[in-house]
Order: sequence, then structure tokens, then C-alpha cells
Amino acid sequence: MMDNEIQDIINAVLDEIRKQQRDRAQRGERQPQEKSRIAQQTPQDVPAQPQPQSGEPQPPPLSQPSPRRGQPSGGVQPSPRRGQPSGGVQPSGGGDELIIDLEDPATSEARTRPGVDNPYDPDGLRNLMAATTARIGVGRAGPRPRTAALLRFQADHGVTQDAIYSEVDQEVLDRCKLFTVQSQVEDRGTYLLRPDLGRRLSPEARSLIERQCTAKPQVQIVVGDGLSAAAINNNLESILPVIMQGLASAGIAVGTPFFVRFCRVGIINEINDIIGAEVVILLIGERPGLGVADALSAYMGYQPARGKTDGDRDAFCMITDNGGTNPLEAGAYIVEQARKYLKHRASGMELRMKMAREDGKGGMNDGHS
Amino acid sequence: MVLRTRLFNETFEFADLKQLLARANEEKSGDIQAGIAAENASERMAAKHVLAEVPLSALYENPVVPYEQDEVTRIIQDGVNQAIYNSVKQWTVGGLREWLLADTTTGDMIKHVSRGLTAEMIASVTKLMSNLDLMIAARKIRIVAHCANTIGLEGTLASRNQPNHPTDSVEGIRAEVFEGLSFGSGDSVIGINPVDDSLSSVTQLLEMTCDVIQRWEIPTQNCVLAHVTTQVDAISRGAPCGLVFQSIAGSEAANRSFGIDKQMIDEAYEAAQKYCVTPGPNYMYFETGQGSALSADAHHGADQLVLEARAYGFGKRYNPYQVNTVVGFIGPEYLMDAVQITRAGLEDHFMGKLTGVPMGCDACYTNHARATQNDIENLAVLLAAAGCNYFMGVPLGDDPMLSYQCTSFNDAASLRQLLRLRPLPEFEAWLEKIGLMEDGVLTAAAGDASFFLQR
Repeated sequence: MMDNEIQDIINAVLDEIRKQQRDRAQRGERQPQEKSRIAQQTPQDVPAQPQPQSGEPQPPPLSQPSPRRGQPSGGVQPSPRRGQPSGGVQPSGGGDELIIDLEDPATSEARTRPGVDNPYDPDGLRNLMAATTARIGVGRAGPRPRTAALLRFQADHGVTQDAIYSEVDQEVLDRCKLFTVQSQVEDRGTYLLRPDLGRRLSPEARSLIERQCTAKPQVQIVVGDGLSAAAINNNLESILPVIMQGLASAGIAVGTPFFVRFCRVGIINEINDIIGAEVVILLIGERPGLGVADALSAYMGYQPARGKTDGDRDAFCMITDNGGTNPLEAGAYIVEQARKYLKHRASGMELRMKMAREDGKGGMNDGHS
Repeated sequence: MVLRTRLFNETFEFADLKQLLARANEEKSGDIQAGIAAENASERMAAKHVLAEVPLSALYENPVVPYEQDEVTRIIQDGVNQAIYNSVKQWTVGGLREWLLADTTTGDMIKHVSRGLTAEMIASVTKLMSNLDLMIAARKIRIVAHCANTIGLEGTLASRNQPNHPTDSVEGIRAEVFEGLSFGSGDSVIGINPVDDSLSSVTQLLEMTCDVIQRWEIPTQNCVLAHVTTQVDAISRGAPCGLVFQSIAGSEAANRSFGIDKQMIDEAYEAAQKYCVTPGPNYMYFETGQGSALSADAHHGADQLVLEARAYGFGKRYNPYQVNTVVGFIGPEYLMDAVQITRAGLEDHFMGKLTGVPMGCDACYTNHARATQNDIENLAVLLAAAGCNYFMGVPLGDDPMLSYQCTSFNDAASLRQLLRLRPLPEFEAWLEKIGLMEDGVLTAAAGDASFFLQR
């Protein structure tokens, strides 16, 4: 009998859905328009927020699902649509056609607009939001994100997807006076699925490096595309001169920098088997974050060689003007780190242990506090 | 050893158990990259057909990396309870699958047998299980642990508050902590992945998170996920810390690529018991992920699933408070798309539970994998239904420091609402006390970071 009751409920629900579908079909394909949709949603979705019963349209309780009063453009202007069946809801406004002309939701101004309806401390919330690029202060629709925040997230993902397959600008490489070699990868698709090939130099690359590069410098700089051409295009011309000049003014001999296409971090082992530098610095494009497609990483190691691993290296990530460490500052840090390597003749875990031992003797302080 | 079958009139033969295990794995781009995957679907099915008949004793006697060569193998083999092992060693892998799924087999029975299993057995049975098999079996196994609160209880779902910041800004991280707490995220841990691994930076973040915890009397633990040596250094100098973290992998060589070994984690475990400010007794936090051994060229020709199972065997030695796979973080060269990431998430969660560690999941993806946020929401629902202990909570799922996407603060609240799950009991009581939750539902004051500016 329980089953019968359940079946009755299911039938009732199905009937209701069919009825709604029929009604919708009669009204035509389109949903009721913006303003009226908000009016319909308000009582159910935001019971805590009383709505004015008369007068001009008020700012809606959910922030920005519709135009604000006095907004010059970039809002949604509700107006009746041509050909709409007479049974449809007619929004106010005198126009004849729907005009949707939006401002860019990806601007930093739009991103920092709080989404919480009645924050405990509105100014405090703005300050919290200003302290991070993370998506906080966004509010909620029940347990789910607000519409604007959800769509912005999806837009950022879309843009990042589009950026992944781009290539490093040859003019940037020319201006930085870098020659180009390639790993054993032949195309971008293979690059994504075969990192092992991205860690090996092609035969042509080996001989070009042998011919072009100064052997056994103190520091060798290598640039790689990695997973973001934009990281190189946007940051290389800022960071490379800082590192080159910083090392030079410290009296450190720098080798011949060059660019590796389809590059993975591990390739520095094979490169240094040829060059024999004391320190190798690899500047490489990081895999893009959401909406930040141009972050650069620096991977550094003391005497990289076949068999060396991540534990032997150090990484400095998120070098970008878009919410990370700016390339000038990062360049200075990298120079400092290289000097430390040369002084202690170590990197990675080994460096950490050596410095801890010296620290224990009271010899030196942690340099980067 | 002969490992052979006929399938649709074709003969398939496998050289050894390691090869058989690799060929029987569900399709993963990492195994293809390593050159050990099945050539085609028929070979994969032939391998599963043979694997189902392999007795557990053969897997015990043939670890994928030899005992003499690898300390992870030694930890797992030496940890096996011989009496329990002897009672199940004649079981086949196919038989183990049916026993796990049987209605008469309880979670306690599984936890008992688990002490007689090795990672090779656990990975093998996983290869024979469908996604729903993995969920049904994992759902039975509750691994409960305690630090400042209790994780893993039936009916609960915890959330790691993961307030990462691209430059480790203390103010920025604190703001994100507030946002997460206001959604009810932070009961598993308030755990930061730092950019700067230095002692001073790690100490500063431990102090700030501890200050928030003390000021608001939050029943939870803090953690800064720097290299384990930096954390030990910090806590031995008095930095206030709740959990000690390290990434771990399934072979000694892979662990070495993380800059760790057994001795180092043994020492960290001791230091955690000595210096952590939380009651314990479970003080360790580990992260894993299929493909990590291969990426360090430390996979010894074994597939990424069996190596992942071995990572859990390694972690179990240290009675962790929580372990999670960071399932889609490693990228498409190991898990190509949403199908493979989803599968791996369900596999890892099940294998962790069967090993006996309190298992959560960082359900996530990177921007160069063929996956979207919808796929990760799907995986989180599947795992929550399968009894997963916790997920990550990141502002809208977008981690601005690690450059990947995972589950959000919103998702923690959503999954609890959808599947009628509750925060960890101590944490829920706290949320009620300060007025952010009532009867398991967020109040009107929730979802507002500025709520936490009042103290």
C-alpha cells in the first residue's frame, strides 16, 4: 500500500509537469522576461526580504540579475518582445524590442562587487575581498553560487581553455635574443600526453646547444613554453633583464640563454649534461589557472644532471602581474637564490639541510623572511 | 607461472603478475605513457578474466617492486597480520570482490580482513570492480580518526578549508578562512598550501590560523602543507600546529623524488606527537595521487593504480587523521579526461578505505585536462554517496595559488544538503553555537565572511 501511495504521488507530479509543459508550449518557447521572472522568484527564494508592493521597480534582492536604476548602459532593459503571445507576461517599459547590452563581467570592478545581501559588516567585507584574488564575498543562492559568480567562473574557464593551445611570440624571443630548440615532442597534443618526450632534447637541439652555448658557465638560463605561451609573452621581457643584470653585477658568469619549445621541467638535467653549468635556472609557463593564463615559474637547481629530481630543485611559482609576484621582484629573488646555491654548492633538500646545519651553529639566518 | 586465457577464440598470455595487473587496469593515459597498458579492450578484458582467478597468496609473494629493493614494499609486507593473511590467502581476487560486496559482509569484517591484505591485492580487486561496486564496498568501511575533532563517522561529511593565496598574504588567507568558515567549511582542517616553503613563512601562517581557531574556539586543526622538514622545524621551535602534512607515493624512489623517506616520516611522526597542540592521537595528513611515481620515473614498470594502493599502505604506518588523493591535479598525461578522473577518484577512495586509512578526496582537474566543474561536481556526489570523509573547500572551487579547480565551500554545504550529511559533530555544535547552522541547515547569517570580523 505504501507503494500505491508513492505511485499516486509520482503520478500527480508527472501530471503537474505535463501540465506545465503544455502551458509553456502554449505561451511559446521563451521564458517570461527578466523583470517578471525576478518578481516571481522573490517570494519563494528570498522570503526574508520584503518586496515593495507598489511604485517604481526596486533594485532586486538578488544583486544584479537585472538592471539597476540609473545604470547608463550595460544593463538589461526589459521590454515586450515582438510576436509574443498575448498570454505572456508583458514587462513594463515602452520599447518594442528586447535590448540586452551588458558591461564586461570580467573587469576587476565587476569582480570585486560583493554578492552578500546583508553582510554583517559591509565595509569589512569589501576589505576582506580586497585582500585576495580568491572568489570570496560572493554570497549564495541557497547552498549554490549566485548567478553572476557562477557565469563568471565558467567564462574564466572558457577563456583559459582557449589560451592553452597558443604559441610563444617569436618577436619576444627575438627581442630577448634567444635561439630556439625543441624537445622530442612534435605537436601540442602529444605535448599534453607525453611529458617524457618533453623532458628529452631532440638530436638537432643537442647539437645546436653544443655549438651555440658557452660551456661551463656559473649560471645557465633556459626559457621554456611549458603550458602557457602567455606566461613567456607577458613576463619574459621584464624578468630576464633583472636576472641577467643582477647576476652580472654580482660578478657571476652567465651562459648563453635559449628557448625550448614543448618544454618540461626535467629537461634541464639533459641540458646541463651538455653545458655543465653550476646553476641552471628554467623560466617556464605554468599550467594556466582560472582567468590567470600568464603565470611563470622558475625552477632552479645546483648542477642538474641525469637522475636529479624535484627534491634536488627549488621552484618559485606564480610570477605574474595578475595577482602573483611581479616579475621584477621575482627576478631579484631568483638572483639571490642563485647566489645562495653558489655559496653552499647545493639546492633543494640538500641546501635546506646544509643551511639548517649552519643555522644550528649560529652561523647564518634564513635569508628570505 | 602461467597466466593465460582464451577469449573469443583468441589466446592471451601474460608474462608475470606485474604485467597482468597493468593490462587489467581501466584505461589511463599514464599507463599508456608508461607503455604498459593493454593494447586494446579485448586484451584488457582477458587480463581481468585471468586476474579474477589469481589467489591472494600469489600477489603476496610477488610485490610489484621486490622486498629487498624498496622500503615501501617492506613496510607493507612487514605490516601484514600473518594469522589473518593465512585465513584468506587461498581466496581468488574474484572471490574477494564478491565477499566485499556480499550483504553479509560488514564494515568491521572488512577492516579485520584488511589487516591481512597487501597493496597488490587491494589494487587487483579494484581492477575487477565497476564504479558502483567501488561505491557499495567503500560505503561499508568507516575509518574514524580523531585529532581536535572526530572524522569519518557515519552520516558526516567534512570539508578542508583550503585558503590558498598566490603570495601567501596573511590577510588574504585569513579572509578566505573566514569565507570558508561562514559556509561551514574547515572541520577536516584549515590547511594552506604555501608558495614560500621557508620557516618564517610557515610559522607565520601556523600562528595566524591558530589565532583564528583560538579566538573563535573552533574544534578543528590547522596545517601548513610545506615540506615535512620545514613543518617539523617550525613546530619544534614552538609554532602552533594541529596536523603535520606530507605528499607520499607508492615506491621508495618516488618518495625520494618528494625529498622524503621512511626515516624522515618516522621522525616527523614522532615530532608531531611531541609538539602538535591538538589532542590527537591521529596527527598526520597525507596526500597522494595516481601517476606520481611515473612522473618521477620511479614506477618500476608497475601501473599507476597499484602504486597508488602502495602509497596508502605506506601512509597507514603513521595512523593518519586524514588522507586524500588529489585525483585530477597531475594532469591529462596521467588521467586524460573526466571519465578517467572520475574512475580514479572512486578507485582511490575505495583503496584507501580498504587499506584502513581515513579517506577523503580532492576532486579536481587542471585546465589542460578535458574536464569541467560539472564533472567534479558529479564525482563529489558519487564519492559523498560512497561515504567519503571529506572534500576540499576553495572559494568557488578556484584555487588562485595551485592553478587548478576543485570543490568549493558551496559544494560542502550543497553535498550535505543533498545527501543529508552533517559536518563533524564537534564542528556542527560550534556552528550552531555561533549561529551559522540550525538543524544541519545554514542560517541567514551564513555565507558572509564579515561575520567573523565581530571578534
